[in-house]
Formats: sequence, structure tokens, C-alpha cells
Amino acid sequence: MPNTQQLKDLTTQVRRDILRMVHKVNSGHPGGSLGCAEFFVTLYKEIMNRKEGFDMDGKGEDLFFLSNGHISPVYYSVLARSGYFPVEELNTFRLINSRLQGHPTTHENLPGIRIASGSLGQGMSVALGAAQVKKLNNDSHLVYSLHGDGELQEGQNWEAIMYAAGNKVDNIISTIDLNGQQIDGSTDDVLPMGSVKAKFEAFGWTVIEINNGNDIDDIIKGMAEAKSKTGQGKPVCVLLKTIMGNGVDFMMHTHAWHGKAPNDKQLAIGLEQNPETLGDY
Amino acid sequence: MKTYTNTGNKDTRSGFGAGLTELGKTNENVVALCADLIGSLKMDDFKANHPERFFQVGIAEANMIGLAAGMTIGGKIPFTGTFANFSTGRVYDQIRQSVAYSDKNVKICASHAGLTLGEDGATHQILEDIGLMKMLPGMTVINPCDYNQTKAATIAIAEHHGPVYLRFGRPKVANFTPENQSFEIGKAIQLTEGTDVTIVATGHLVWEALEAAKTLNEKGISAEVINIHTIKPLDDDAIIKSVSKTGCIVTAEEHNYLGGLGESVSRVLALHKPTPQEFIATNDTFGESGTPEQLMEKYGLNKEAIISAAETVIKRK
Repeated sequence: MPNTQQLKDLTTQVRRDILRMVHKVNSGHPGGSLGCAEFFVTLYKEIMNRKEGFDMDGKGEDLFFLSNGHISPVYYSVLARSGYFPVEELNTFRLINSRLQGHPTTHENLPGIRIASGSLGQGMSVALGAAQVKKLNNDSHLVYSLHGDGELQEGQNWEAIMYAAGNKVDNIISTIDLNGQQIDGSTDDVLPMGSVKAKFEAFGWTVIEINNGNDIDDIIKGMAEAKSKTGQGKPVCVLLKTIMGNGVDFMMHTHAWHGKAPNDKQLAIGLEQNPETLGDY
Repeated sequence: MKTYTNTGNKDTRSGFGAGLTELGKTNENVVALCADLIGSLKMDDFKANHPERFFQVGIAEANMIGLAAGMTIGGKIPFTGTFANFSTGRVYDQIRQSVAYSDKNVKICASHAGLTLGEDGATHQILEDIGLMKMLPGMTVINPCDYNQTKAATIAIAEHHGPVYLRFGRPKVANFTPENQSFEIGKAIQLTEGTDVTIVATGHLVWEALEAAKTLNEKGISAEVINIHTIKPLDDDAIIKSVSKTGCIVTAEEHNYLGGLGESVSRVLALHKPTPQEFIATNDTFGESGTPEQLMEKYGLNKEAIISAAETVIKRK
């Protein structure tokens, strides 16, 4: 197991990857990616029980599904730095003939990806299907998923949330990235959702809150608690409160960098704030 | 002319149910999902015999498609069941992203397709589903003609790796194909030999085409009837070979002429052998309430319409 400093160092490197990837092609989604950097690093390096290598069926290991596929930069960076494919391949992000499409896909056989995502609201259903099959296969490993908070405006989520509780799918931990932002503004401005916690609880889920979703120790603690609540007849939801654009000061606390790449000068500032730790790709 | 005997009217959806029952016994990886239409889809037997492999999803088709996609991860072969309208149009984006683009081994099984579900009317009568599904890269589209063939197709698609759309219906129609036939995806079945006109039909209209061929024969017109149970991938060779002999073609389907079998056939012919063609299909319209027979007559989807189209197309040679 890596220590907290090692996880922090990796997170800093992942931030550099994200900034450089979106800068190079002048497109992509840095805001949500930066906000979830600690979560992805902790999930892949500390929380999930993963096998060596990759196969689609993923029997005998924990699975992860990214529903809000636009934060592909953080996903690709952490997958590469977890050994699923060469880190140099991050150079091909969003380029023609690349396996690293703007939104994740299985179509190009990129190791680590089990479902396409991008059209929002579909990932929880998929994760639930995989979780139910784990039970059918007598596989005691868990299924993790990540969703944006704005994404909860998609109705399919609520079909899935209702289904999960009704069918006691208790081997799933679905995390909601509560950064309070979406493309057109804050979630409160675009479509106020009220209490996400109360909603999940009313639907019959166990809810764990991680109040500082950009603090690795808090994430470790919260996810351990979430894990301890699995197997008790209820699906588990983690509300991960993050800061969009975290780690790059001018990108923080705003929806402005949801889908906008930094220019040369902005990249330099962002990289200066996140000095190289493990080596750039 | 070779003739066929109707061994008794049966609904194709029951053929699906029987096929699923069989798969329950023979393939432990088959799982089934239903969106609150177990009785309508004839999934009762599978549910009763394999409750651990059956998933009642409720009235939530989008979730059902996503669940099915997820269930392939870990090696299961999910069969989803609901009406054709809710199997396709309602969940097009879910099928597109989570099933087709993700190359998931999901079998989308759709009953009550076309006009012939009858009295429920246009909200439930999808005439666009073949088009929607055939446009998806990698999707196989199958529309069997009777009970026996639907049962055989249901069993066959479990062995095929990849997404499949299986379309069938509610009314009791002639059951005339052999009971224990093998079903080869993508392989058209020539039912009669003829020299004057080719009639390629899919689904419920195959029987109508056979009936039409009988009458045409009495009128001295020799019709070659081909059962196109698989619309995608289309058996190009069978079509080209037949029109090379007959020189004209009628396509017949319970679907809009836009996006259906007819257009797929037109493309093959335009590329390889331009041939006069007439279309038995709905004319860019929604349906309405009525009995299946009334609807097929009003919308020009029966034996009489096929006869008339055959006579017209022969004149265009």
C-alpha cells in the first residue's frame, strides 16, 4: 500500500497530465477532472482490489464504472499510471486514430474501460447490472461507480437508484461528485436538486459523506466506511464534496473550466502550481 | 409450385417465450430482464424456472438496457423484453452508447412490433424500429415470420456474440415453417421458385407473400418468395441471384418504407443490379386502432397488396 505522501505525489502528477492533455488538443474537460484527481488516485491505488492486467469480465476483482465520461483526462491518467497502458499514450488524447477518445469507450479496446460513457445518466444502470452478475457468479468483489451531481438531473439515474434499493444490490458503492457546478452554472442555478443526501436516503440507500473530497485521508476514511456498509441489504452512496478545478487556483470554484482548455500561459501557471513528481509522459 | 401448410395460427411472441424456456435449460449464462410485461412477452416460464436469472425491472426501460449492458460484464447473455416501441425508440441512446458502441452481448427482444398489435393504436405501433436498429453499427436485426421460426431465432441469437434486435408480434398468424428448423443468422430462405417476380418478405408478411404467390401462380405468374428473416446483415447474394432470374422485385414488411427492409434491398440492387422494385410497407405514417386484419388491409400490407405490387412491378421490367 502506498503512503499518503506517495498518493499526494501521484495526484500532483495526474494534475499535470490533465492540464497537458487538454492543452495539447485545446479541448477536453479539466474542471471536473482536477476535482476528482484525489478520488481516482485513492480509488485505484488504495481502495479497489484489482487483478494484474485487464479482461472485460473482471471476475475476481473490484470493478469501476465512470458515468460522467467527460472527465476522461483524470481517468486516462490514473489508468495509465496504474499500469493499464503506457503513459506515453496520454500524448494521443483526442487525436485521430487514438484509443483515448474524448469520452471513454471500449470500442478501441483500451484496457481499463468496460463501458462507453459520455451521454450522461447511464453508468449507474450498467454498474448495477455488473454488480448483480457478481452475485450470480458468487464473486464477492465490489462494483464502484462515479457520477457527476449535475448528471443526477438525468431521469435514468432515478430508475436505477430505485431499482438498486428495491433489489437490495448491496455490493455497489456509487459516488456522486458533489462539486455543485455544471456547464451552464451552479447546479443550484441550473436546476436546484435540493438535498441529494435526503433523496438517496429516501430511496433506501446508505449514504456516506466525504466532506473534503480533495483530501486523501478523508477519502480513505470515507471509502473504508462505505465499504464496511456493503453486504447489508442496501446499496451504498458516497457524497464526495469536491472543488471543481482543484489544485489550479484560477480554475477553482467555477464552472468556467468545465470544458475549456488552458492557453500556453495558463498551462505554465498550472504546471508551476503542480511541480513534476513522478515524471511527465 | 411448392406450397406450405399452416399448422395452426400462433403468436410469434409465444415462439420467443418457448425459445427462452429452452435456453433456460440449455444455457446457464442466459439471463432475462423484463419491464413489467412478463405475460405479454411470454417470459413466465423462464421466470418460474430460473428466478435467480430473471430480473423484473419495473416500468423503467432505460435502466433495463443499462442493466443488461452491465450484465454482459461477467459473462452473462442478457435478453431484454418489452414492446418494440419501448425496446427501441424510447431507449435509443441507451442502446447506442451502452450496448452497440460498447459492443455488449445484449439481445433486445421486442414484441408487439408493427401495426398488428391492433387496438392499442399508434402510440404502441412502432413502424420505425427496424430503421432505428439497423442504423446502429454492429447491430444484427432479425424479424422472424412465425412461431417456429421465432423460437429457432431466439435460441440461435444466444450463440451469436454481439448485440441483436429480435422483432416479433402479438397476433396469431400462420405457423408454417418446420418445427425443429435450424436458424442461420443472415441466411435468407427461398420458399418458392419462380421466374417472373421476386417477393422478399420479412416477419408476418412472409405468409402473406406465400398466399400472394399462390394466387399469382393461378394467374400464370411465377413468383419466387424469399423469407428475409435477417434484415441486417442482409443476404445480398440471395437477392441478387433471384432478381437475376426474375428481373423485378417486391419487398414486403410491416414497417415504414423509410428505413426498412425495402430500402436495404434497394441499396443492394442499386450497387449490384439495378432492378424495378415495389414496396409493400407503410407510407410514412403512424397507425391507428383496429383489428390486425383491418389495419393490414387499410395500410396495404396484405396478400392483395402484394399481388397488386407484383403485377405492377412486372410491367416495369
